[in-house]
Amino acid sequence: MSKALQVAALENGTVIDHIPPEQLFKVVSLLRLQYLNNRITIGNNLGSRKMGSKGIIKISDKFFEEDEINRIALVAPKVKLNIIRNYEVIEKKRVTLPDVLTGIVKCNNPKCITNNEPMKTKFDVIDKDRVILQCKYCEIKTDKEEIILSKGK
Amino acid sequence: MKPRSLVNIEDYDKEDILRIIETTEKFKKNPNRSLLKGKVCATLFFEPSTRTRLSFETAINRLEGRIVGFSDTATSSATKGESLRDTIMMVSNYTDLIIMRHHLEGSARYASEISQVPIINAGDGSNQHPTQTMLDIFSIYETQQTLENLTITIVGDLKYGRAVHSLIEGLSHFKPTFNFVAPDELKIPKKHKLFCDKKSIKYREFTNFSPEAINEADILYMTRVQRERFTDLMEYEKVKNIYVLRNDMLADSRENLKVLHPLPRVKEISPDVDDNPKAYYFEQARNGVYTRQAVICDLIGIDVES
Repeated sequence: MSKALQVAALENGTVIDHIPPEQLFKVVSLLRLQYLNNRITIGNNLGSRKMGSKGIIKISDKFFEEDEINRIALVAPKVKLNIIRNYEVIEKKRVTLPDVLTGIVKCNNPKCITNNEPMKTKFDVIDKDRVILQCKYCEIKTDKEEIILSKGK
Repeated sequence: MKPRSLVNIEDYDKEDILRIIETTEKFKKNPNRSLLKGKVCATLFFEPSTRTRLSFETAINRLEGRIVGFSDTATSSATKGESLRDTIMMVSNYTDLIIMRHHLEGSARYASEISQVPIINAGDGSNQHPTQTMLDIFSIYETQQTLENLTITIVGDLKYGRAVHSLIEGLSHFKPTFNFVAPDELKIPKKHKLFCDKKSIKYREFTNFSPEAINEADILYMTRVQRERFTDLMEYEKVKNIYVLRNDMLADSRENLKVLHPLPRVKEISPDVDDNPKAYYFEQARNGVYTRQAVICDLIGIDVES
């Protein structure tokens, strides 16, 4: 493989690296990137020594709040974040699930109030390692495999 | 600041439970007091439940409070498509307290986030019904004069019965021992067993309604085995008569044993038990009024003198 960069370098902003290719568009959706006006470069199925193939997202002039960026731990817990200022990586971070997820995940219980009222869902993350969520309202638990992202903006 | 509400029995810690019991005793001695004079309480029954509604309304009437509300959605604006949020916003502007029952799970928690006045959850789908748990716990206390170190045998539908799940949570502060008696299809769910393990609560499981489970109990808590809960009706036919309590089965039970049931009863307690002094389910239902008086006054912040 040539030494050339697969995606152009960033002056200021956030790079989300090592995204599993099948989760890339979920990450886009969780961060609501489709609503941002910033310059965004998305690459997918790029070569990676560690992962075989990976996705990467570079967002210019965007620095996420902890709670905002940590959401992606739901679908891609092993991503790496690089915070760039003036072409330099000034911080490397990992994501960890927040204690509470608001408006991100759909409750799977059809009889839950959140599926019947115009309202945001709210989940307590009761097990961060195994990713087990509990609806704050109907109290039903959702395992990692059952997680469905909500459609809200 | 949001007012305190009672949505889930876990909203009450040990101290809260003991305080409500103490107040309930005062109301049982003298239920007619003018403590709610000048107050308006709402009973919003989006789903009908005559027994629960009458119990709450009796509690309020005996305290000389006034009541507004509806007893089913046919007479409420919910049929016009109004959101729960709007209904609660409106009613919490009018009243001092809202008692609500709703078929959707989590509705009371949501209402408590919106409301400016306390919410009492009188049942949200199959989720929670905390005043039922409080009246159960009060009846246990009243008959045993303690809540500590009791052996409670719970019989019937332990899988879906919300009264059972909340009772386990409510009693968890008091070092109980549980005997769970249920057919395989209606066994106590794993999460409740894990809860017991976490709290170091001893329990045993039985699939037969054995004399042992009855004779070592201080409280025998019976519940209904409902036909509609079974996917295999053959299975229902097999077990429907196993979990029926007859008077002769109480012959070797403890002196202090009392039989409780959240009611309505169908066939699981034979009528010949009714005359046994150990039968306590009708008195237990009566305690519902006093318990609800205590919960209402506690949430509104009214002191109750003895």
